[in-house]
Amino acid sequence: MSRAANCPACGAPVTFAWSSAVQTACPFCKAVLVRHDVDLAKVGEVADLPPDSSPIQIMTEGVFDNRRFTVIGRIRYEWEQGNWNEWHLLFNDQTSGWLSDSQADYAVSFLTAAPVAFPAAGELPVGRVFQFGESQFQVTHLTQVRYVGFEGELPFTTTDQESFLSADLRTVDARFATIDYSENPPLLFTGRFATFEELKLTNLREFEGW
Amino acid sequence: MVAASRVPVPAALNCPNCGGVIELRGFSHTRSAVCIQCCTILDPSTPDLKILQQFDERMRVAPLIPLGTRGTFRGAKYEVIGFQVRTIYVDGTAYSWHEYLLFNPFAGFRYLTQYDGHWSDVQTVHGLPTYTQVAGRKAVQYGGRTYRHFQNATAETTFVMGEFPWAVQVGEENTVDDYIDPPNMLSSERTGGEINWSLGTYVAGAEIWQAFQLKSPLPPARGVFSTQPSPFAGKVGKAWKTFLWLCVAWAALMAFFVFSASNKEIFRSRYHFSQSTPGEHSFVTDVFNVEGHGNVEVELRTDLSNNWAYFNLALLREDGAQGFDFGREISYYKGRDSDGDWTEGKAQDSVVLPRVPAGRYYLRIEPEMDAQASAQAAAGMAMSYEVVVRRDVPTSWLFWLALPLLIIPPVVTSVRAAGFETQRWAESDYGTGSGSGSSSDGDDDE
Repeated sequence: MSRAANCPACGAPVTFAWSSAVQTACPFCKAVLVRHDVDLAKVGEVADLPPDSSPIQIMTEGVFDNRRFTVIGRIRYEWEQGNWNEWHLLFNDQTSGWLSDSQADYAVSFLTAAPVAFPAAGELPVGRVFQFGESQFQVTHLTQVRYVGFEGELPFTTTDQESFLSADLRTVDARFATIDYSENPPLLFTGRFATFEELKLTNLREFEGW
Repeated sequence: MVAASRVPVPAALNCPNCGGVIELRGFSHTRSAVCIQCCTILDPSTPDLKILQQFDERMRVAPLIPLGTRGTFRGAKYEVIGFQVRTIYVDGTAYSWHEYLLFNPFAGFRYLTQYDGHWSDVQTVHGLPTYTQVAGRKAVQYGGRTYRHFQNATAETTFVMGEFPWAVQVGEENTVDDYIDPPNMLSSERTGGEINWSLGTYVAGAEIWQAFQLKSPLPPARGVFSTQPSPFAGKVGKAWKTFLWLCVAWAALMAFFVFSASNKEIFRSRYHFSQSTPGEHSFVTDVFNVEGHGNVEVELRTDLSNNWAYFNLALLREDGAQGFDFGREISYYKGRDSDGDWTEGKAQDSVVLPRVPAGRYYLRIEPEMDAQASAQAAAGMAMSYEVVVRRDVPTSWLFWLALPLLIIPPVVTSVRAAGFETQRWAESDYGTGSGSGSSSDGDDDE
């Protein structure tokens, strides 16, 4: 698949860092562009993301479990008590993952095939335990999430739902998982928490006075 | 569309209530900021600076680390951006601790807590502690360590200053359970249906004063804090180990002396004594050789039965240069009463003279028996006895003398360590003393 195309709205060149990206935004006219086969289609316009204080930005680089990655996109979500970013990571081996940054608390996760059929959104209680691979994951938080906006390249088209349920799961050894009810069937992401130091992030934003 | 590479310092706000200036340090993480002039909490993320709460200023407390102070603490630079006082009530008494919110735009948030001069470094726990029991009490396991339940309490936020990444509220109550494995504490906070865990580590106040370059005097720590490392940690086992090794070494030394002692018999002779024999009772033995160095044991073996005798003894060197005077009473009684057979005393005894120089010696012996009883007895009083003299006999009394001395340090250490633990737990729900936690709900022990 080609990595270069022209924006169907303004004609500006649009380049993809990742050949499998499905959604991006035109850097010039802010058109939301979705790739169908080889064609780009404008499906809407991106709103400016409200200011945030994540130290991460598009093109930030880092390391997770000895694999290098580059940040190529993000989705911004908000919930009752704040907001957070899911940064879309492109690893050197062309696989993709997510770096979640919630108040400078970091976790890396990957889309994982769900080994079980999850209960419907209203029927998943806190405390429920699922076995994913070797670990038992327990539902610790249920959050009603609202999609705020995105930038950069994404592996899927963003949700058109007003809000959806997100369940956080944890293990005894600080792994984590999210069951994301923005799609049906729900998506499962699994990974673990990571410290700022271990991610060895470069090309970060600067904070005045720091 | 790519975010600005440089995040500007957030502009100070004007309090919508009193117009006072509110400095902001937490960038857009801040969900609530306090106007300390009028004790108003507002949400700086809302365009109209929505007022969340106005609270009673009577609980006003000055933080020991001023807001805005920066320092390098445990590897990262942090700025103190928030301060809150949280209070628990036990039997009508309020116990308050202080929480400082530390912030670094890259590494995130961290807390310092202070109670009675005791400090803890607190961070969010990402894993899931599992509940268990230790000796019938609640406990949790996390990261390979077992934490014993210390206290259950309802903590109320009673004062706030600065800013927080959540909607802080004075009067808000949380159910807090503390579990300890000194110097660490795992705490669970229950708000609504959610449980959030944090891990605290005991920190010397001096480390914090150093990290934040504080000029104010460091308030002294009072009492024993739940996670304060015991000054006796590891010392009890070590003291007993040392005791054991000293015993072994001492026993080995004694064994060496025992086995290396020549224990040589240098004189033996048998005598008969009759109290009724008139005249001088004292006599001297043949001369014998005392060679080498060490002690000399003089053993007396009598055939006394239901009788006693006294021996006046002197070990005298032939040249008159050395003399040891000593005495021994020997008595032996036996009989039968309602409890059965009984005996008292022994028919033989020995005396060890600790240091006797080599030379040619003889003994002067003067036996003595009950003269009055002898006079009344038909045949008078008499006994046969044997005198044995040995050179360099093994002795073990030093070992037994040392034992009680050696055991003092480990016993004292153990007692003091136990005392420290008693003080630690006195403040818990399980304390026996007049600690703050005596109102523990009774179902804890189920």
